[in-house]
Amino acid sequence: MKIIVNGEDRQAPPGITVAAYVATLGFDPETVVVELDGQILGRFEYDERRLAEGAELELIRFVGGG
Amino acid sequence: MLTIAGKTFSSRLFTGTGKFSSPQVMREALERSGSEMVTVALRRVDLADPADDIMRVLDRERFFFLPNTAGARNHKEAVRLARLARASGGGDWVKLEVTPDPRTLLPDPVDTLLATEELVKEGFVVLPYINADPILALRLQEAGAAAVMPLAAPIGTNRGLVTRYQIEIIIQQATVPVVVDAGLGAPSHAAQAMEMGADAVLVNTAIAVAGDPVAMADAFRQAVIAGRLAFKAGLGRVSDQAAASSPSSGLEFIR
Repeated sequence: MKIIVNGEDRQAPPGITVAAYVATLGFDPETVVVELDGQILGRFEYDERRLAEGAELELIRFVGGG
Repeated sequence: MLTIAGKTFSSRLFTGTGKFSSPQVMREALERSGSEMVTVALRRVDLADPADDIMRVLDRERFFFLPNTAGARNHKEAVRLARLARASGGGDWVKLEVTPDPRTLLPDPVDTLLATEELVKEGFVVLPYINADPILALRLQEAGAAAVMPLAAPIGTNRGLVTRYQIEIIIQQATVPVVVDAGLGAPSHAAQAMEMGADAVLVNTAIAVAGDPVAMADAFRQAVIAGRLAFKAGLGRVSDQAAASSPSSGLEFIR
C-alpha cells in the first residue's frame, strides 16, 4: 500500500506497525519522533499503531542547532 | 553555580551544536568548552542516512540537551516543535525561538509571549530567545519563563554586544537568569557580557566556524570564567577624568 513518509511516496506492507516500518527504513525507533497523520505518537504507541493506506508519517529527530 | 528551574550548572557557557564541520570536531569542541548545556534543533530525518544521529555523538550524561524551536515562524509552529521535542525524550526544557523573518532572524515578541504562556501551561521549562527588550523580558518572566535569552546581535553575525545598554537594564531587572545569546563573535564579547552580570552566555557560530573550533571553545571557556570572576570581584568605576595610579607626592627630588 502507498503511504507518505516525510513528504515522499513510499510503499509499506498493509497493517504494519509504526515500529516495524520505521525499522525497515533503517532507523532505531528509539531515536526518532513520529507524527502519524498530524498527531504526535508516544514511544509506547509505536508497537501498537498500524499504518493504513495513505497514512502520512513524519519522522523527526534532533540535529545540530543553536 | 548557576541554577535554572532547579537544575544547577557549574559552567556558564552554553553551546550550540550547529554548523560544525564534522560530528567529531563538534564533540571535541563541546568537550573542551566545558559546557554542560547544549542546544539542538528538530528536523525531518534524512531517509537516506539513518545513521546520521547527533544523539550518538554526544554523551547525554555529560551534556544536558536543550531543544530549540528554531525554524518556527509563529507561536503555533513553535509550540508544535516543543511538543515534538518532549515526545522525543528531550525532556520538558525548550529554548523558544520564533523568527518570522529569515533575513534578520529577529524574534517575534508577540508570538514568543503567546508561545511562552501556552508552553508554561503545558508544564514546559521555557527559555525564550528575545530581542534585548527589557519590558518584554519582564513580561516573559511574569508569564513563567525560567530564564530569558536576549540577543547580543542577530544570530550568526559575530557582531558582539550591539544591545549592551538594553541588556544591562534586563540584568538589573530580571529575577530569572539572563543568558546572553546570539551574535557573540569573540571570547572578549562573552567576557564583556559576563562582566556585566549576565548569568550565562550561549555561543554557537563563533566556535563552530573558527579556524580551530576546539581551541576557540577553550578560549570561550576561559573568557566566560574570567568575565564571571570580574563581575563578582566588582569592576572599578568608569571616569571621564584621569586619576594617577602612582603617588603624586614624593616627587620633590626630581623637580
